[in-house]
Amino acid sequence: MSTPTLESVSAARWRIAVSLTIAMMVVYFGFVLLVAFNKPLLGSIVAEGLSLGMLLGALVIVVAWALTWTYVRWANTHHDASLDRLRVNR
Amino acid sequence: MTSALGEPNAIAITFFLIFILLSLGITVWASRKTRTAEHFYTAGRSVTAFQNGLALAGDYMSAASFLGIAGLVATSGFDGLIYSIGWLVGWPIVMFLIAEPLRNLGRYTFADVLAARLRQTPIRIAASIGSLAVIAFYLIAQMVGAGNLIRLMFGLPYEAAVVIVGGVMLAYVLFGGMIATTWVQIVKAVLLLGGATLLALLVLARFGFNPLALFAKASEMYGAGVLSPGRLVTDPIDAMSLGLALMLGTAGLPHILMRFYTVPDARTARTSVGYATACIGFFYLLTFVLGFGAMVIIGRDPITRIDAGGNMAAPLLAEAVGGTPFLGFISAVAFATILAVVAGLTLSGAATLSHDLWVNVVRGEKANQREQLLVARLATVLLAIVSIVLGVAFKGQNVAYMVGLAFAIAASANFPALVLSIFWSRLTTAGAQSSMIVGTVAALVFIYFSPTIQVDILHNQSAWFPLRNPGIASIPLSFVVAIAVSLLRPVPSEARRYAELERQLLLGMEGVDQSARSA
Repeated sequence: MSTPTLESVSAARWRIAVSLTIAMMVVYFGFVLLVAFNKPLLGSIVAEGLSLGMLLGALVIVVAWALTWTYVRWANTHHDASLDRLRVNR
Repeated sequence: MTSALGEPNAIAITFFLIFILLSLGITVWASRKTRTAEHFYTAGRSVTAFQNGLALAGDYMSAASFLGIAGLVATSGFDGLIYSIGWLVGWPIVMFLIAEPLRNLGRYTFADVLAARLRQTPIRIAASIGSLAVIAFYLIAQMVGAGNLIRLMFGLPYEAAVVIVGGVMLAYVLFGGMIATTWVQIVKAVLLLGGATLLALLVLARFGFNPLALFAKASEMYGAGVLSPGRLVTDPIDAMSLGLALMLGTAGLPHILMRFYTVPDARTARTSVGYATACIGFFYLLTFVLGFGAMVIIGRDPITRIDAGGNMAAPLLAEAVGGTPFLGFISAVAFATILAVVAGLTLSGAATLSHDLWVNVVRGEKANQREQLLVARLATVLLAIVSIVLGVAFKGQNVAYMVGLAFAIAASANFPALVLSIFWSRLTTAGAQSSMIVGTVAALVFIYFSPTIQVDILHNQSAWFPLRNPGIASIPLSFVVAIAVSLLRPVPSEARRYAELERQLLLGMEGVDQSARSA
């Protein structure tokens, strides 16, 4: 952690960015595939006035928020600190 | 049911005039601060994270999402939600892959990022083709939408409405540049979020503030089918294809990408995407309530009788729950929404024409500030005239497929080259160039040969390309072309250039200045 190199900071950001992108794609395309292939399942009613499809749809939005928040938090604490050290350690 | 919709409505016109006066006031104020090309394109890079978050949301929440999705949910139920969700999930992708590197590597347009590591001239020409194609189709969709809406809402002739939108937008961009455009977006985003929230609260007040009671009433009136996926999504591959274009297209829209240059640094750019994602997600959650609210309170038949596409669902709902004054307010907000989006598109088009093509390709970066600003303004006037002409020429066209086309081109032409130029050291000029050209052409050709054009519009028996949405074919094709061309003819000097840029990619110009000082 003491002296990060340009390569290590870059690699760390790449890992986080790709993992979060994959997570978002899996969740979203999981939802789209269910819409496409299992309509009856999504049409099943989980509570008065609420189908599973609507619940999952709203959850996709919540997951998008959560992943975005995760990234901002990681970047503001870890990534920015590494960048600051890179600026100092020339 | 009788409606004041389409009558010249004093309250709507008053609200609308207040918005026009306010936004022109902003433009006068902004014009005094717009002295250089830097001001014109980037508002002097002085926009805060919260302001840019609202402006991004303002640029993104077009009338298509407000009126279109509310209408789609009102008429099709669940199926409309697929669009809301698809349009939101592009934002985390912008955040993770694009926002910070873009801010660190570029100045005015996304082509700057590619030009920083590849050969200027061929890259900027290819990037301009993709950008201008996206902007043209998006502008047509907005202008045609504007003409129809204003005719329906205020009873004005279609052509007059198109000319008014073009003229007012021209005033914002020409005199106020990015400063005025940003503040118009902020005012519009606040009005739209505020108006939609108030409308949703007035609807929910009738159902004990319980959205589930509203949805239950909808399924009681129209059957449980409205809560489950229906006929809008019949082909699974087409559904994936649409989803892919909606998701990745956001990260390739020139007017959205340009906004990241208006903030002082990458950290601010990052935070602003956070605010934008929060606002846009909230707005799309509201569309659940607005759409089902219109379905229950107005009814499907009255909505489709006024406009077959269902686009008047939200204004009709406003009238039903808040009377003529609220209808007037929501109509004015919808108009403001279109104006703001058109202004953002025109500004990014002007940046492409003047910064990418004139200053860097034609003049080889030898243009002074005076000339840059003059050319940017001439390009703005040209684009305003073109958008009015296209708006009139495409009267009566179905705008939905043009928005889809804009997203498909953005996802196929701009996104692959941009993301590869940020993350892949071996990308070459020829690779990026061919990817952008193949992406644009493939999206256009596949759409032309799709059932939407061949069967629905030209009434042919069958279509050569089986899908309505080209994304699932054109986006991977564009990636494959970029990678294959780059690997077949590697250019070691360009890979070295990428390594040199790595510091700037992470730290921005500040990191480069500092290394120059300490060296």
